[in-house]
Amino acid sequence: MKTTSLFRLTLVGASVLALAACSRPAQPEPGLPDGPVVTNPDTRGPTTGGGTVGGGGIPAAAGSVEDFAVNVGDRVYFDLDSYEIRRDAYPRLDAQAEWLRRYPNVMVRIEGNADERGTREYNLALGARRAESVRSYLIQRGIPATRIDVISFGKERPIAEGSTEEAWARNRNGRTAIVSGAPAR
Amino acid sequence: MRLKTLLTAFAACAVALPGAALAQDPTTGEPQIVVIDQAELRPFPIAIVGFTGQYGDDISNVIRGNLRRSGFFDPLNPAGFTERPGLGARPTFPAWTGIGAQAVLYGGVTPRADGRVDVGFRLYDTYRECQLVSYQFTATAEQWRRIAHKISDVVYQRMTGESGFFDTRVIYVAESGTQLEKLSRLAIVDQDGYNPVFLTQGDEVIMSPRFSTSNPDEVTYVALGRDYSRIYLYNLSTGRRESLGQFDGQVLAPRYSNDGSKLAFSIIRGGNTDVYTIDLNTRELRRLTTDPGIDTSPSFSPDNSMIAFTSDRSGSARIYVMRADGTGQRPISRGGGLYTAPSWSPRGDLIAFTKQQGGQFHIGVMGTDGSGERILSSSYFEEGPSWAPNGRYVMFARQTRGGDTRLWTVDLSGRVVAQAGYEGRGSDPAWSPLLDQPPADLGFNQGPDSCPT
Repeated sequence: MKTTSLFRLTLVGASVLALAACSRPAQPEPGLPDGPVVTNPDTRGPTTGGGTVGGGGIPAAAGSVEDFAVNVGDRVYFDLDSYEIRRDAYPRLDAQAEWLRRYPNVMVRIEGNADERGTREYNLALGARRAESVRSYLIQRGIPATRIDVISFGKERPIAEGSTEEAWARNRNGRTAIVSGAPAR
Repeated sequence: MRLKTLLTAFAACAVALPGAALAQDPTTGEPQIVVIDQAELRPFPIAIVGFTGQYGDDISNVIRGNLRRSGFFDPLNPAGFTERPGLGARPTFPAWTGIGAQAVLYGGVTPRADGRVDVGFRLYDTYRECQLVSYQFTATAEQWRRIAHKISDVVYQRMTGESGFFDTRVIYVAESGTQLEKLSRLAIVDQDGYNPVFLTQGDEVIMSPRFSTSNPDEVTYVALGRDYSRIYLYNLSTGRRESLGQFDGQVLAPRYSNDGSKLAFSIIRGGNTDVYTIDLNTRELRRLTTDPGIDTSPSFSPDNSMIAFTSDRSGSARIYVMRADGTGQRPISRGGGLYTAPSWSPRGDLIAFTKQQGGQFHIGVMGTDGSGERILSSSYFEEGPSWAPNGRYVMFARQTRGGDTRLWTVDLSGRVVAQAGYEGRGSDPAWSPLLDQPPADLGFNQGPDSCPT
């Protein structure tokens, strides 16, 4: 009887640790015995020793694709029917250029995107203008043209769901995608 | 021909309602003046009797569906029929006029010694009591659906005086998945929605599929991958798929010339989109537009001498035309709003387009000089008209707000707006030419009781 209880407690402790480590939502671990787990208030289980265990994402490694996307920002947004770089996009594009200067082996592809309120072929052409605006600016900021490829996805690859002004505004963007050469993973 | 008069009246009505038309009095056969408008117009009541023999009832069902979807016919419910004429017999006319049928179609499937079948049929005018047409197709029994489409075309042609469009297919982009994780596949289907076949796997975004009008087995389309865009030439019967080649820039919007010798398309270079043509034999590339605006969606006139396209060189998207060598570029659309995706009618007299105005999208037609613009259909979103080979219908893609995209058709009057035979999710439809030549000189001097006209 005692052996069985201790065995159960150990299992619970191990599984809680495992769950915390993976930061997955708590759910019964497969293979765990069913029924109530008997805990003895006088006996401290292995999981409760030093209080709660905190967790969170590890900061992106400098020079990684994730670093670029999270700390610099890979998308800039455009106004309706426009391919002019918006004033609020310049700091982000400057930061992109700065990052690309720091990691000179990185090759990028600028992806131009349009909202769903246009016809398919015309929107491809519209997206291409946005990609070109971003490309031109990065070149102007000192990034060699040979490091930058462009493609338009038109309205084919939206990032915001729904048919609202807000979704359309998010889907009108230029994304600087890292193709290769990022020094960290 | 009564229905032919009505078809003409439809087009007239759309311009100025109500329109007056000549029609025949059903009881006396004398011409009379009737005033019709779109609301009052009734489709033509026709009795389509179940054919005798193998697949006979199936064939009749397909014909009924085709004619009903055209909007110009009202196939009567067979439950009210009191006779089933044999192929060799004349109908008992009062049995059909009594239930309001103005024409009756019947036929039969007969096995042949070579293992194939003959599918014969007769179409009678029940009031004038004369034969409009009789004909016989021969094929394997398994091709009954195809035969039904060809019979539908014969009936449509004889009743309207215009060539049919039922023995055709539609190539389109089949869609599945969610808005953010959309799967697109090239697909082909009979015009009535049967026999859909997927032609790509879904790992690429498929756009702008088009038939070669000179050969319905040849198609072209755009495949957009993560880091490339290609124009493919694809032969549906051999399965041979060939990339048009590598170009310095992103390619889009391919269309065959009507003789199949050239492809017009666009290349994007440095953010600027221009129209090019390429000779499919010599691969000689010719640049037709050079301005800094968007120039795309080229569409050849039936005689290949002209190309319609969309351009925003003036500041907003309008429809332009030019000669096929790029000279004589001029805008033709006259209204406000954005005009894109032109498609030159196979009859040559009209250009269909998509127009964005007033928060809505519209499918319309205009003369080749931009005159006589008419909107045929409007909704939250619709785009990409493609003509039926007879130039009387266009198919397009319509998307509901926040919802799916499906294929729709509208006739030239704008009266018959309906979801296409294929009811699944899809976009970018392109209508094939007739799969082969229809029989000629139908209905004339085919028997002692042939109708005089």
